[in-house]
Amino acid sequence: MSATAADAIRTEDIVKRFGAVTALAGVTMHLAKGEVLGLIGDNGAGKSTLVKILCGFLQPTEGRIYLDGREVRLRSVTHARSLGIETVYQDLALIPELTVYQNMFLNRELTGRPLPLLNHREMKLRAEACLREMGVRIPSVNTEVAKLSGGQRQSIAIARSVYSQAKVLLLDEPLAAMGAKEGALILGLIRNLKAKGDVSMIVIAHNYAQVLEVCDRVNLLEHGTVALDKPARETSVEELTELVVREYRAAAQGGHR
Amino acid sequence: MARSIVTSERPRGWSGIGRTVLAPFLRFRESSVAVVVVLLGFYFWTANNAFFTSDNIATISQLTAPTAIIAYGETMLLICGEIDLSVGQVFALAPFIMDFVNQAGVPLPASVVLALIASIAVGFLNGLFTVFLRVPSFVATLGMLFLLNGVTLTISHGFPVHTPGGAFFTAVMGQAGFAEIVWALGLLGVMHLVLAHTRFGLHTIATGGNLVGASEAGVRVGAVKMANFMLTSLFGGFAGILEAVRIRSTDPLAGGTEAMFAAVVGAVIGGTALAGGSGTIIGAMLGTLLVSVLKDGFTLLGVSAFTFDMILGVAILVAMVLNVRLSTLRRGGQV
Repeated sequence: MSATAADAIRTEDIVKRFGAVTALAGVTMHLAKGEVLGLIGDNGAGKSTLVKILCGFLQPTEGRIYLDGREVRLRSVTHARSLGIETVYQDLALIPELTVYQNMFLNRELTGRPLPLLNHREMKLRAEACLREMGVRIPSVNTEVAKLSGGQRQSIAIARSVYSQAKVLLLDEPLAAMGAKEGALILGLIRNLKAKGDVSMIVIAHNYAQVLEVCDRVNLLEHGTVALDKPARETSVEELTELVVREYRAAAQGGHR
Repeated sequence: MARSIVTSERPRGWSGIGRTVLAPFLRFRESSVAVVVVLLGFYFWTANNAFFTSDNIATISQLTAPTAIIAYGETMLLICGEIDLSVGQVFALAPFIMDFVNQAGVPLPASVVLALIASIAVGFLNGLFTVFLRVPSFVATLGMLFLLNGVTLTISHGFPVHTPGGAFFTAVMGQAGFAEIVWALGLLGVMHLVLAHTRFGLHTIATGGNLVGASEAGVRVGAVKMANFMLTSLFGGFAGILEAVRIRSTDPLAGGTEAMFAAVVGAVIGGTALAGGSGTIIGAMLGTLLVSVLKDGFTLLGVSAFTFDMILGVAILVAMVLNVRLSTLRRGGQV
């Protein structure tokens, strides 16, 4: 299989070994441009390892990664970011003591002339515009992030990544530890981004109903390989649950008898 | 998708006039310290009308200025999650360096600059040990404290010397009635601008607020810390020179841990979090001023130094409890 230019990102036979442990045993997957891909699988299936390789944090032991049809070696997170791959980590990497707009502009602050003083006004205006366009609702861009709810923080973290002209967005469990309302907020945000079509996304999640609601396609990782690759509308929560659980059942039954 | 991002939800809990009056005080943590300073000033004035004389105001300004200047640096360092215990020894060393360089034939203004560069070098070493060799700053700067103290005592042979300088130099560098406080207020403006209105200031808060997050966002956290170590030492050295010039004597035992702790206390009373991530320069100045007013007022009232220490201890504890309580309130979105 060769990489096609229609894919935002594509991997071939990615293997990752940590000493004697094989975390990924040959992952071949792709993410089309403008697509939202759900990445599911039980704990230890290799989801996090895969994401860490795609964001440049880890280097694969074997295998190739193609970005826009060109083979790339992602040397570091900064390198991956410079190529347009942004990751929203579970810890979000926000600064609780800083305000929303300060977080959104962290390390790409706007400054004035001749004195290099921060242009708070312009940053606030742009942050407001960006959040409004994405449909993110928060009390004010002047609010300290510490005061925001989990869902609001997640929205800010996503907005920050999108604002940096990301082409590929990796969302590591964006719905973890979130109530139904907050979860719906983030799903709405992902849907808004998808409608605009500027960014392709990989979403790691545990809640299959939510994954199917927002993703175009689902990849199930099992033992470090892609065990299932189906369009979201052709599968169901029951099928996915069954696939993930069956092994346990087999193991448990085997153990008891 | 043109929804407004400003929701009309208002935090509930307390309302009306109390809220309107109290909210600004709670929101701007410095204002509560300012109120305490004013109340204390009023109390001491009614207890002893010598308090509000120009002589006494000058005394308070001289008590405040050098400590406040050190506190600006220490505040920056605390905000980015580190501390400098050696700054009081830089305070003692810098004027000796100025003196020696001057005796070697260098003009006095240039000697000041060289002494300040030497101070920055100390901060550079502190940063090197902390950032690159990963020694916690508490320990690294504790080592530097003893090292510098030994150096100062050795080069001075343990004796104070007369601080050099002509009339103009001496007046500008601290001896004119309010010269020191003018320096302190000027630096207050500069450092407030740096902390609140520059990328460096923002990155300092980010580094202390979430070290991993800040570096993930590409903030050069190591460089930020290095710069703040150098800034703190620079201010320590500068304050030491001002004091040496003002009292016309360069003393190897000047400053020391007392000056350092006074600066940390000022920063902490002014609302700086020891855990990093928050604090203000104005708060550091007000915190330092509060301690100076207390010290001066008690001296006027004839309260013993022993009692003063007890009161200072209680003041620190109360300030910290209030700090914790207020930040909990703020976090809860009630203010």
